[in-house]
Amino acid sequence: MYAFEYHKPSSVQDAVAALSDKEDPKIVAGGMTLLPTMKQRLASPSDLIDLGGLPELVGIREEGNSLVIGAMTTHAEVARNETVQARIPALAKLAGGIGDPQVRHRGTIGGSVANADPAADYPAALLGLGAAVITNQREIAADDFFVDLFETALEPSELITAVRFPIPQRAGYSKFPNPASRYAIVGVFVAQTDGGVRVAVTGAKGSVFRVTEMEQALASNFSPESVANIRVPADDMNSDIHASSEYRAHLVTVMAKRAVAAAEG
Amino acid sequence: MAETGIGASVRRKEDPRFLTGRGRYVDDINRPGQLHAYFLRSPVAHARLTSIDTSAAEQAPGVVAVFTGQDMAADNVGSLPCGWVVTDRHGEPHKAPPHYPLARDKVRYVGDHIAMVVAETRAQARDAVDLIDVDYEELPAIVDVRDAMTGSLVHDEAPSNLCFDWELGDQAAVNEAMGQAAHVVELDLVNNRLIPNAMEPRAAIGDYDPGTEAYTVYSTSQNPHLLRLILCAFVLNLPETKVRVIAPDVGGGFGSKIFAYAEETCCTWAAKKVGRPVKWTAGRDEAFVSDAHGRDHFTNVKLALDQEGKFLALKVDTTANLGAYLSSFSTCVPTYLYATLLAGQYATPAIYANVKGVFTTTAPVDAYRGAGRPEATYLIERIVEVAARKLGMDPAELRRKNFIQPDQFPYQTPVALTYDTGNYEPSLDLALQMIDYQGFAARRAESERRGKLRGIGFSAYIEACGIAPSAVVGALGAGVGLWESAQVRFNATGTVSVMTGAHSHGQGHETTFAQLVSEKLGIPYENVEVVHGDTGAIPMGMGTYGSRSLAVGGSAIVRACDKIVEKGRKIAAHLLEASVDDVEFKEGKFTVVGTDRSKTMAEVAFTAYVPHNYPEGVEPGLDETAFYDPLNFTYPAGVHIAEVEVDPDTGITTIMDWVAVDDFGRVLNPMIVEGQVHGGIAQGVGQALLENCVYDKESGQLITGSYMDYTMPRADDLPPFRVGMTTTECTHNPLGVKGCGEAGAIAAPPALINAITDAIGTEIDMPATPEKVWRVCQAQFVQAAE
Repeated sequence: MYAFEYHKPSSVQDAVAALSDKEDPKIVAGGMTLLPTMKQRLASPSDLIDLGGLPELVGIREEGNSLVIGAMTTHAEVARNETVQARIPALAKLAGGIGDPQVRHRGTIGGSVANADPAADYPAALLGLGAAVITNQREIAADDFFVDLFETALEPSELITAVRFPIPQRAGYSKFPNPASRYAIVGVFVAQTDGGVRVAVTGAKGSVFRVTEMEQALASNFSPESVANIRVPADDMNSDIHASSEYRAHLVTVMAKRAVAAAEG
Repeated sequence: MAETGIGASVRRKEDPRFLTGRGRYVDDINRPGQLHAYFLRSPVAHARLTSIDTSAAEQAPGVVAVFTGQDMAADNVGSLPCGWVVTDRHGEPHKAPPHYPLARDKVRYVGDHIAMVVAETRAQARDAVDLIDVDYEELPAIVDVRDAMTGSLVHDEAPSNLCFDWELGDQAAVNEAMGQAAHVVELDLVNNRLIPNAMEPRAAIGDYDPGTEAYTVYSTSQNPHLLRLILCAFVLNLPETKVRVIAPDVGGGFGSKIFAYAEETCCTWAAKKVGRPVKWTAGRDEAFVSDAHGRDHFTNVKLALDQEGKFLALKVDTTANLGAYLSSFSTCVPTYLYATLLAGQYATPAIYANVKGVFTTTAPVDAYRGAGRPEATYLIERIVEVAARKLGMDPAELRRKNFIQPDQFPYQTPVALTYDTGNYEPSLDLALQMIDYQGFAARRAESERRGKLRGIGFSAYIEACGIAPSAVVGALGAGVGLWESAQVRFNATGTVSVMTGAHSHGQGHETTFAQLVSEKLGIPYENVEVVHGDTGAIPMGMGTYGSRSLAVGGSAIVRACDKIVEKGRKIAAHLLEASVDDVEFKEGKFTVVGTDRSKTMAEVAFTAYVPHNYPEGVEPGLDETAFYDPLNFTYPAGVHIAEVEVDPDTGITTIMDWVAVDDFGRVLNPMIVEGQVHGGIAQGVGQALLENCVYDKESGQLITGSYMDYTMPRADDLPPFRVGMTTTECTHNPLGVKGCGEAGAIAAPPALINAITDAIGTEIDMPATPEKVWRVCQAQFVQAAE
């Protein structure tokens, strides 16, 4: 790790100000990706802005037909929260399957979403549920938020404060974890919402994506069989020692089928 | 049986300190004035070092010194030796190119040591390492064992990168049998390369006292005396009287901490150069690239059988990856610890093995839990399974048909070893009963109804523990003896210190050895304290590896206890005014035979130290040392059966059931033995399903250099294990014990792979990752459709 300046602002405003002032600042939420990267000297921010002093960013509330989850809410909290379990059980299940217990108690939804790791779980939920990312400046639809590998629509001095999830009629998440890291090799989130059926896939490509062919098939018949024979092309899929692109493409179908079955309960 | 004596599942004495964070590991130790070392490691797999400029690093904040290979050469620091010289089939000793602690002319693997920065803090040392300017003239990498002999030369001393071309057994007899056999089955297989991943990364502190001109070395070692011997006699040229090696609590080794490494050598040498203690603690990233790796074989195996399925001959052709340099015992692992085990549990009359050891641009490969024996067991049990399928025989019955029979012991194998004892059928029968073999067909049908493929796999393993005797291993090329020492010292008030050369780093010696001494001497278990891991406190000992601690170290303790009792009888006879011959020792008391007159061990011990009323000609004190050199290896054996379910949609294998029936001879602490079996199976499951060390073929970079890509088994990857035992006692050691530390890791991989191949109906290499299994299932699906 290289030396850096540490800041712990006591308001979102101060955090944003620090973000605009410094040479090469980084926000630290749970730090589950940033800190290991810094320890390996692969990142060397000039300043760390710790959001740990902002209790207003923590918490889960129901607002109309949505759940609003504060950016600094940990995965463990999302997993065990009764409102989440009652309204979007698939989201609670997804959060409970991130990393390991230590990661789930430190890692936050805002940190995960901002990092936009191609193999993270949350992006599938955001895109699958048609969520909105709430920042200090605006609301960004999930469809517009995830741009590419570790790249989002966030401006340099923009801070995620919460994520708003519409409550679906039903939803399911099925993940094939990387056996070593337990990130998603392929994770598929399927939801039947007021705006239609959405199918979002994480882990398979540089960024989370939707499978419209599956969405259409499920819209006419929401059952595992509807997606069982829908193949996604392997061409632009990730490939590594754990899974080739061909295998990932195959797993998208299998996980989609299982996510639908999970959504059916 | 006393509650704490032999056979009791006493809870481990060491656990309260480990579980409450009070263990004392090398990294917990800090010496006054201590500096920190950080190594510049090669970022490339293979290159000539054309220049090294350390000037900027030397000027960096906090830096005290920067050392390179040239500095060590100027001080005549020697090469790290390989302690076992294998003579190849042409009568030539193996090629042993130098292995300097810091590279002098070339780097030969990613992670190889180029320079050492010593600074006030670890962070400063690390910062300064980034300022060292090195010019690399890059050379091609060779990582795959199959490419080694045609790749670019790793060492000029080893043409074709061949370290040795070695053989064992009767080639002519095997060829003849193969030619006439009714059936010959053949298999190519890979024994995948593993990274040890002990929980505690390696660490060292070198401390030099200019007043006494003596060094103290703190090291994460499984065998502190061996490290001292290597440092003194081979590398640094120091008298052993001036070097004390302390290996305090050590957090796991699995073999990887047997060896003398560059880092502790450099810290020891540098401590005198800079006049202050020098500490180094490996980061996990360094552990991945620089701990000696395990396995990495490519093998062709052929088994000849007669019409009825009797084994006639076994032929094995193996290429073993030794890595870039010879680690301390790397040459004996794929030779004498491997090919000598190729008989397994079977009365195969003719066996021949040819093993080529090759250099590659990868980390050195050496002993890792099982060391050679897992590789042998894996190929035997795989080819036996292949034979059963080809001949349409039940795999359990084919094994049974070929077992060495109880009346054949002692059994001389065609590959040098003589098994003293064993009885293999009872283990097979118990395992079959425990797994409910009869019910397998129904379970398979039930799985099929759920769209899953169920398979069952066997492994009838044997291992050789407690490598010995010294004279024999010496004749085969070992540079050291393989005995063990023990000192049993009574204190005046009746407590006992037991000094053992067998280092404990997870084995529970502090508990089991105390149980042993408590029972032998009839004194309370609480009164026994086991001391190990400090060359300044214990007699010279050979350390812990090869499942030898109880069979060899425990036997030495028994011998020392016998000497204590012998002397105690003389003292007791004097106190009881009886003849020594009339005094017998039983359950902690010296009694005059046929009377109720007796003295306790504690009374005798007190008298020995306060000898006011004492026999003439007997020395005061009660403190005895014994050295034990075994007559033979011990031969634990057993049968593991694994049952799996494969999901053809994803290729995921789920272990549904696992039974392990082992014959470890006499067992001191069943709980600890069962724990060893569980841990061993976990590592074996790791090798078979999950773990795989991967280097990039082109660049030679380690791809699996962190837990993001190297898959360690986790608790939820493992099934509940069911453990059973059978017993034949070892015939040549005083306790009748064998060894249990490696059995699980040896037995597990073939049991699991055989279960998977049974499920999917075709052969597959380790690790059987989901994608590999899925591809096989896909291919079969396509084939079936056509």
